[in-house]
Amino acid sequence: MGAGHHHQLYLPGDSVVHRLPPQCKLLAVLAFAIVVVATPRERFWAFAAYAALLAAVAVAARVPAGHIVRRMAIEIPFVLFAFLIPVIGLGERTTVLGLSLSVPGLWAAWNILAKATLGVVASILLAATTEPRVILVGAQRLRLPSLLVQIAMFMLRYMDVIVDEMRRMRVARESRGFVARDVRHIPVLARSAGALFIRSYERGERVHLAMLSRGYTGEMPITHDISASVRQWGTALALPAVALAIWGLPW
Amino acid sequence: MHVPDGFFNAVTSLSAGVVAAAGVAVCLRGARRELDDRTAPMAGLVAAFIFAVQMLNFPVAAGTSGHLLGGALAAILVGPYTGMLCMAVVLLVQGVFFADGGLTALGVNITIMGIVTVLVGWGVFRLVTGLARGKVVVAAFLAALVSVPASALVFTLLFWIGGTAPIEVGAVAAAMGGVHVLIGIGEAVITALTVGAVLAVRPDLVYGARGLARPLVLRGAEGTTTTVGEERPVAASGRLKPFLFGGVGLTLVLAGVVSFFASPEPDGLEAVAETHGFGEQAGDHVFGQWALADYGDVGGIPVGVAGIIGVGLVLLIGGVVAHVARSRDKTKV
Amino acid sequence: MGPTVVNSLEVRQLAYAYPDGTQALFGVDLSIARGERVALLGPNGAGKTTLVMHLNGILTAGHGTVTVAGTPVAKDTLKEIRQRVGLVFQDPDDQLFMPTVRDDVAFGPANAGVRGAELDRVVEDALDQVGMLEFADRPPHHLSFGQRRRVAVATVLAMRPEILVLDEPSSNLDPAARRELAEILRSLDVTVLMVTHDLPYALELCERALILSGGVIAADGPTRELLADTGLLARHRLELPYGFAIPAG
Repeated sequence: MGAGHHHQLYLPGDSVVHRLPPQCKLLAVLAFAIVVVATPRERFWAFAAYAALLAAVAVAARVPAGHIVRRMAIEIPFVLFAFLIPVIGLGERTTVLGLSLSVPGLWAAWNILAKATLGVVASILLAATTEPRVILVGAQRLRLPSLLVQIAMFMLRYMDVIVDEMRRMRVARESRGFVARDVRHIPVLARSAGALFIRSYERGERVHLAMLSRGYTGEMPITHDISASVRQWGTALALPAVALAIWGLPW
Repeated sequence: MHVPDGFFNAVTSLSAGVVAAAGVAVCLRGARRELDDRTAPMAGLVAAFIFAVQMLNFPVAAGTSGHLLGGALAAILVGPYTGMLCMAVVLLVQGVFFADGGLTALGVNITIMGIVTVLVGWGVFRLVTGLARGKVVVAAFLAALVSVPASALVFTLLFWIGGTAPIEVGAVAAAMGGVHVLIGIGEAVITALTVGAVLAVRPDLVYGARGLARPLVLRGAEGTTTTVGEERPVAASGRLKPFLFGGVGLTLVLAGVVSFFASPEPDGLEAVAETHGFGEQAGDHVFGQWALADYGDVGGIPVGVAGIIGVGLVLLIGGVVAHVARSRDKTKV
Repeated sequence: MGPTVVNSLEVRQLAYAYPDGTQALFGVDLSIARGERVALLGPNGAGKTTLVMHLNGILTAGHGTVTVAGTPVAKDTLKEIRQRVGLVFQDPDDQLFMPTVRDDVAFGPANAGVRGAELDRVVEDALDQVGMLEFADRPPHHLSFGQRRRVAVATVLAMRPEILVLDEPSSNLDPAARRELAEILRSLDVTVLMVTHDLPYALELCERALILSGGVIAADGPTRELLADTGLLARHRLELPYGFAIPAG
């Protein structure tokens, strides 16, 4: 959470990866994540191969490494937690650099770090090569309930508007010398949150009126649909397929 | 903190995914019933609000800060169905667009931070408002207070079933519990004050306060007054039972799942793997199932029982607080 | 005007009270002929927004009738009415709810069943009319306020409305954006009802003005004459900006 959310997610481009239909990419990333999670953690080479696969996708999509690394900051809390596991873990212990560490703990830390990182990078690549609204079109193609997709669409549309409103409220507070420092300041934050809720709710009502006045009856008109060819499915699903092949190799 | 890929084994992630999908399906119907064709814009805007409010860091104690989960707040402000839907969408968007929380862990995240916080928060809220009518802010406080440790408890439970880290469950429970009781207090204060702030300006927007409005008074010409009932549909009353049953049911289901996974027998997937001869090749760790049986209990008390005792304690505390609030109410009258 | 000409908008004896009992409209009468540009002036709380909400059936009249191009506003005509009455809200962010400008402009016609190449043509026409065609694939959040208001006008134009109803069109616009919008509005071949308390803007764009005050139409006449009557303006809490003099001619 926090600052990481305000980097630009989508990097416009015209690569093979950018051009793939969103439903193919969504399914490919999900399948890839499942293969990664199901891979036994002893198979170091498998994880290296997965990383190489993602690197290949990044190169094909021309997503700069810097972008990926910056956005990986989202992972930091769990990385810290992963480093803690060997220290507090159970089981047989070993000494590394004078620290007594749990062997199963080290395995677990490695397991979480490797899988979480691969999952995060795959998601980052998806978001970097697919516009948010297009991802939603893909989700709808994958038979996600259309109401859920609509809600997510409205959330994405108004997220920045509301976060901006919240920021303006904070500026207003701070310009009058108020900085939330300790518990006594919580009431002020809560009043802002209350005001923010009222504004959001009332905006929701106005948006609904605006929709009604342009003929909304509860269903979103589908104005552009993206269908995928067998070849495109093949290209996208190559990622999890190769990963699965690596998983199935006799090591 | 959102659970990433690889933290829970595949079976647990998948099971939680099924629970989350079922929960979302129920809420889609429920929200449609409440909001009709307003569902999409209203839930979307409330989800955006929850997203924004989660960025609000609040100071917990000197030097540390926490941020709102928002499940109880959402449930009280817009009702349990819409609230849960909003939480699910927030987590979905965070996972898919912001890589915050793994895709395979989406079910776990929605279950822990969406379903549990909303269900527990709303359950406690209804219980307290049912016992002490009109104490919306007190109820909001207790609802949020309980919802956060409850979420941590379910996290611990899932960790015990299918966590991939070899940490004693007791230690996880203690660490999670300790931190989340503190965060729960912050969440409770913010939730209660936010609900209070909305109540002061637009009481009609607080879903949980519907049906608690005072009856309208008609003044006659000779100074006579008549009271008429509220004509709005009363949303809040009579809905307590389903939530109590839901809560008890969830506990029982979880307990059932726990006993199933805690058994030393191989589970379905592993059994299939063995009969097809690739079990050995896949190794013991394919589904991170290792040594589960060793963590069957903590200090001699099976965790499932401990969980049920915990739920009971929480209900008891809630009941006592509500009772006190109600008797105070009576003395005032 | 002769009896054969159908007015774009006819409101007769319209009264309305909110569910909480507050009455906002007390019998509004007005008619607007096809092609007219009319300003609806009034202080805050006069019932302007409430009146506007009746024009496309978002609110249902408690008493009286609203007729759009001969079709009365009723439950079974709502679909048609909403296509004929284009409401432009005050905050363009409320109106632009779709992920891109193009999707947003397409929303109305698509709900009316327009699809494919015809839809593209309608959308591009509408954006062209407000000079925003080159921004078709941008997300609305990345546009300036003035640009967003122009797109909001386009979303409504794409529905080929009989009458365009604008709520405070000049609010929050810088002088250049204000002038550009005025030019666009003047170039449109459509009936316009403009709700505002920006009196110079009303004078600039509308020949005729109505004053809504206390839930009834308090005055109806040439904008120039109404604005020259300082007593009338003062009675209805309307004021010309400091230093503004009605230009001669």
